[in-house]
Amino acid sequence: MPWHVAETAAGGVVAVALSIAALAAHGSDRDTGAVAAPPTVVIEATRLAFPEPGEFLVEGRAIPAPVRDVEIPAFAIMTHQVGLADYGRCVAAGRCMAADTQARAAAADVPVTGVSYFDALAYAAWLGEATGATWRLPSALEAAAAAGERFSAETFSDAADDPKNPAVAWIRRYREQAASVRAPEPAARPFGSYGVNSLGVADFGGNVWEWTSTCYVRVGFEADRVTERSRTENCRVHVLEGRHRAIMSDFVRDGRSGGCAVGTPPDNLGFRLVQEPDRPGLVGRILGRIAAVLDR
Amino acid sequence: MFTRRQALMGVAAAGLLAALPPMTAMAGEIDLSALPRERIALVAPPFVHAHEQVSTTGPRIIEYTMTIVEKTVVIDDEGTTLQGMTFDGSIPGPMMVVHQGDYVELTLVNPETNSLPHNIDFHAATGGLGGGALTLINPGEETTLRFKATRSGTFVYHCAPEGAMIPWHVVSGMSGTIMVLPRDGLKDETGRPLRYDKVFYVGENDFYVPRDEEGNFKSYESPGDSYADTLPVMRGLIPTHVVFNGAKGSLTGDNAMTSKVGETVLIVHSQANRDTRPHLIGGHGDYVWEEGKFDNPPMKDLETWFIRGGSAGAALYTFLQPGIYAYVNHNLIEAVELGATAHFVVEGEWNDDLMKQVAAPGPIPVN
Repeated sequence: MPWHVAETAAGGVVAVALSIAALAAHGSDRDTGAVAAPPTVVIEATRLAFPEPGEFLVEGRAIPAPVRDVEIPAFAIMTHQVGLADYGRCVAAGRCMAADTQARAAAADVPVTGVSYFDALAYAAWLGEATGATWRLPSALEAAAAAGERFSAETFSDAADDPKNPAVAWIRRYREQAASVRAPEPAARPFGSYGVNSLGVADFGGNVWEWTSTCYVRVGFEADRVTERSRTENCRVHVLEGRHRAIMSDFVRDGRSGGCAVGTPPDNLGFRLVQEPDRPGLVGRILGRIAAVLDR
Repeated sequence: MFTRRQALMGVAAAGLLAALPPMTAMAGEIDLSALPRERIALVAPPFVHAHEQVSTTGPRIIEYTMTIVEKTVVIDDEGTTLQGMTFDGSIPGPMMVVHQGDYVELTLVNPETNSLPHNIDFHAATGGLGGGALTLINPGEETTLRFKATRSGTFVYHCAPEGAMIPWHVVSGMSGTIMVLPRDGLKDETGRPLRYDKVFYVGENDFYVPRDEEGNFKSYESPGDSYADTLPVMRGLIPTHVVFNGAKGSLTGDNAMTSKVGETVLIVHSQANRDTRPHLIGGHGDYVWEEGKFDNPPMKDLETWFIRGGSAGAALYTFLQPGIYAYVNHNLIEAVELGATAHFVVEGEWNDDLMKQVAAPGPIPVN
């Protein structure tokens, strides 16, 4: 049965990857007493036509997100999503809750999945202490910049809806979602499975949706679609970027159970972090340099 | 493996067949040669073969053939598999529609590629364990059963080999529905005719898939392989999956059921094993035969209706408002977590009189 073969093969890969990880961890512990900073990619300052995350209404009707032309200063973001083994060190240190991952417990070469927004914050705090650098979730804008050509935001079209019939928009969106349904890929896949984008960021838009620090907002516009009539921000709910944009309550760890009655929810929830350039101490800077050099 | 298979196979040889006189001993009691025959091809759910709602003929003999297919089926979006046993390749088995007084003549085929003996028990049939006693066939055999559809209504059929095999075959997918319409069609409580523009057939299944030590669902190479692990899960009575039409999401997205404002749909809902409670979110049951038996007056204006395990019910509804409707088992844990959700996509004009968003969501005003 292919299933059994796959499990055995995965087990072999895991064993090899684990031993490599163990060597690496041992090496860094001996040299510095700290955790090596994960490899990052510098996203150069850029300009982006950014469809804002949230819900936008005109006279009670949803409209496509306004697209803002924004400049983004350069920043450094993890090349890979946070790994299951990386996350496991935070769990072992008593600072993170074990993930609700579907992956085999020992898998070292897969991204961590089954993590909430809170889990991402906890990991960032621990990693900061462990590496001497400052790590945080990217904003949705930064995630979009790092996603490069893979950024998709909302997948809904801007077709003219009938203002007298809200069902027209519901059905259109439902059909668009159904058309974009892909074969479900719930199982964690090894780093690199979804390739690297033109900026060198790995696996964005694969089967792991990534938490951002951007809160959900609902904005009411005047008929001109520019003048804000009202704005409600809900920071108990955050934006995730991935194959399409998702919005989840902070405590949700399984994207499939966080969706609505109608819709196509994310396969998995994970994250990657931005490294703050400003605040690292001397040790952090040295470690960052070493990591950067090693990464080349 | 050989011994387990032999034990499972043994049922066909040692079962009830031996205890009953063969069909030939009862032959000659009735001459149906004057009755017209019609051969009808079955279609997979949620669709139903073309049929008259009001019969324009006298009683007929309706011929069907169903081939039993044992196969691995995927039952959720995580790729969990079940060693499925199916009537005609679908879960649930296809729906038959005849009229009261018709004769159903079913040829049941159990190809040699299958590993188990099977049979069929029609709740619509009278005697012989619903036909189960006369239809037990080994792989490589076929049999033909005729029964008279004496009572109108929606009725479950299912495989019922013997003993522990019965629930196992049913929760592996072997159930379906026959609808016996009154010859003069459906009626309300005053006898006024009720008609439908479309009929949808939703079969609900409870599955019991074993897990490994890490909590992941296990997969198996054959039904026999899965039996020992599945039995204790079944005995726990807590399904791992509760789904419509064989798999989570089988009636959503591109496969969502469709209708239009002003269109009347008949939704036949069957559950061969376990109680359920269909609910159309944002809609109602205009006329509901909860027990599925059309000689009883339908209940009206229901919000949720109860389908007893081992029965099929029917609900008639005319859509009044466009949109996406979720049709669920209103144990919402089963609907959302275990899979029992279907969708209707309904197009048409919105009726502000029935519903209007008076104030869109926005900040609470401060005065």
